[in-house]
Amino acid sequence: MAMAGEIGVLPRGDFQRLLDALNAKGYRIVGPTVREGSVVWETISSVFELPIGWRDQQEPGRYRLEQTGSPEIFGVVHGPQSLKPFVFAPREPLLQIERSKDGFATHPTLPQSEKVAIIGARACDLAGLATQDQIFLNGAYRDPYYAARREGLFLVAVNCTRALNTCFCASMETGPRAKHGFDLALTELDDQLLIEAGSEAGRDLLSNLCLSRGSEQLSAEAATRVDACAQSQVRRLDHSRLPQALYDAHEHPRWDEVAGRCLACTNCTMVCPTCFCHTVEETPDLSYQHTTHARLWDSCFTQEHGYIHGKNMRPTIKDRYRMWLTHKLASWIDQFGASGCVGCGRCITWCPVGIDLTEELPALLTPSEQQSTTSRRPEAAGG
Amino acid sequence: MSNPELRQRPRLAVIKFASCDGCQLSILNLEDDLLALGQALDIAYFPEASSAMNAGPYDIVLVEGSITTAEDAHRILSVRQQAKVLITIGACATAGGIQALRNWGDIEAFKQAVYPRPDYIQSLSTSTPISEHVHVDFELWGCPIEKGQLLRVITDLVAGVQLHLPADSVCLECKRRGNVCVVVAKGMPCLGPVTRTGCGAICPAMGRDCYGCFGPSEGARKGPGLPPNTASLARHFHEGLQLIPVEVLRRFRGINGAVDPFRNESTVWENKG
Repeated sequence: MAMAGEIGVLPRGDFQRLLDALNAKGYRIVGPTVREGSVVWETISSVFELPIGWRDQQEPGRYRLEQTGSPEIFGVVHGPQSLKPFVFAPREPLLQIERSKDGFATHPTLPQSEKVAIIGARACDLAGLATQDQIFLNGAYRDPYYAARREGLFLVAVNCTRALNTCFCASMETGPRAKHGFDLALTELDDQLLIEAGSEAGRDLLSNLCLSRGSEQLSAEAATRVDACAQSQVRRLDHSRLPQALYDAHEHPRWDEVAGRCLACTNCTMVCPTCFCHTVEETPDLSYQHTTHARLWDSCFTQEHGYIHGKNMRPTIKDRYRMWLTHKLASWIDQFGASGCVGCGRCITWCPVGIDLTEELPALLTPSEQQSTTSRRPEAAGG
Repeated sequence: MSNPELRQRPRLAVIKFASCDGCQLSILNLEDDLLALGQALDIAYFPEASSAMNAGPYDIVLVEGSITTAEDAHRILSVRQQAKVLITIGACATAGGIQALRNWGDIEAFKQAVYPRPDYIQSLSTSTPISEHVHVDFELWGCPIEKGQLLRVITDLVAGVQLHLPADSVCLECKRRGNVCVVVAKGMPCLGPVTRTGCGAICPAMGRDCYGCFGPSEGARKGPGLPPNTASLARHFHEGLQLIPVEVLRRFRGINGAVDPFRNESTVWENKG
């Protein structure tokens, strides 16, 4: 029997036992389910709701699912959603505000903390969540809304044994193995899953399952497959010269070229596991006596994001793409001590026109003859 | 304070030009809020809803429909004179509507083809938005408008707050809703990346591609910002999704085809076809 800290073996045909054990602990179980040509997180109760036999093929601007007929449960690496929507909600009501005789009264609307077990988070997703934790929980201003949602999560990670064309987590050192931040981590082999606990709650659940111990041979095979996944990644992001090299590329002509393709549609920032920009919105009633004050996902690609007191600081798409990429890959390091990119590749796949930051960065870091010698030259197209 | 009982209620008129009445129906569809609306406003002229039609002037005039006849081109001038605040509602009034497809056609040939007595038809050769005729204070996009946006605009007007609605792309709302992108996952020529938000991303939520009924996103006429990058999206429709030039043209020349940058983009692909 597998003891705490050890690796258990769950036959694939018994996977429902894991869901049942989580259910018995009072968790709502969420997993990837096939919808509209991809996978999205949905509440599930049965293993058969998971994308069994499906595989995703991803490339710049293109996502396709195919049914292989295999019994594989976790053949789909990921869909457009990271773990972000579970904690940093797309639309979070913050306050109800009522007018009163002397002004107004505010009533915070904290979400109820709910026990949610998420099945199938990938190493890149965990890295993204750790980055968001750093932003919303660990700074000077702990966000109570995020905290309430974060508190109840039980994370069942899946180590990747197949890399997508768009994956580059190996070069960002975030995957494909889930190293920390999970309660349980699975590795799917031919007809069984190895389960490793990463937290007290995970160890507790693992011991409840009474699984047989994984042999060293099985562990070695799992490690080999995960290593092979890392080796097979065709994309990489060389961040060795960051952040400075990207600051030095501020006037590179490539920014104009990529701006010609960029739609400023916000998709890259929406699917990014780390992007945290938001706006607030009022929804008053007709009497203007009451309003709902809510936080919404926003993006540095919108026109209003760059607007401050009578001037738009980023009127052009070039300004916005440069702002995003420079923050994500360079100034994020100055701000938070690590890259803002976890290498999940979602911004590449879900860009409608397939802009690929792993292509843009090397192009931007290659000196150009057209490069301006003056730094921080005023923009040609001002607002 | 903006307590409507302490002051005179603003007088509202809803006036129709060339249109299908769908946007006016969106007002009537505000079922839960109609009573409050009736208390906040004096609904003075709204023939679609009431036979009591009171003369102007009005504080708020909602204009539906485009200008397609010489008579209407005169009538809108007097409507403007009656209106303290004039707001267009819907694609017809704001952009010329689907009937602006006539702007590329032969109006005489249409008359001959459709009517037994074409000489009875007195119609301009173009359909034009209200803003090409008179000053418009605010524009509500959509075919039809989104009733929540209308309610918000009326709420803000009554309270004396500056009018503002988001002009971001549909994609932002689509992702907030958790929709799967139909361009990426299905290869559909969705106009969402260059179309104004406001509808709630309802078409992609149903697995359909957006056809741009809310018009261009930020940077459209009467809005701040630069126009959306229709050229890049059109190029992707052609090179990536294999649409032939006439199909690209038709994507952009739809309900809001008469307004730039959609108008210009359709012309670019007409010339390639």
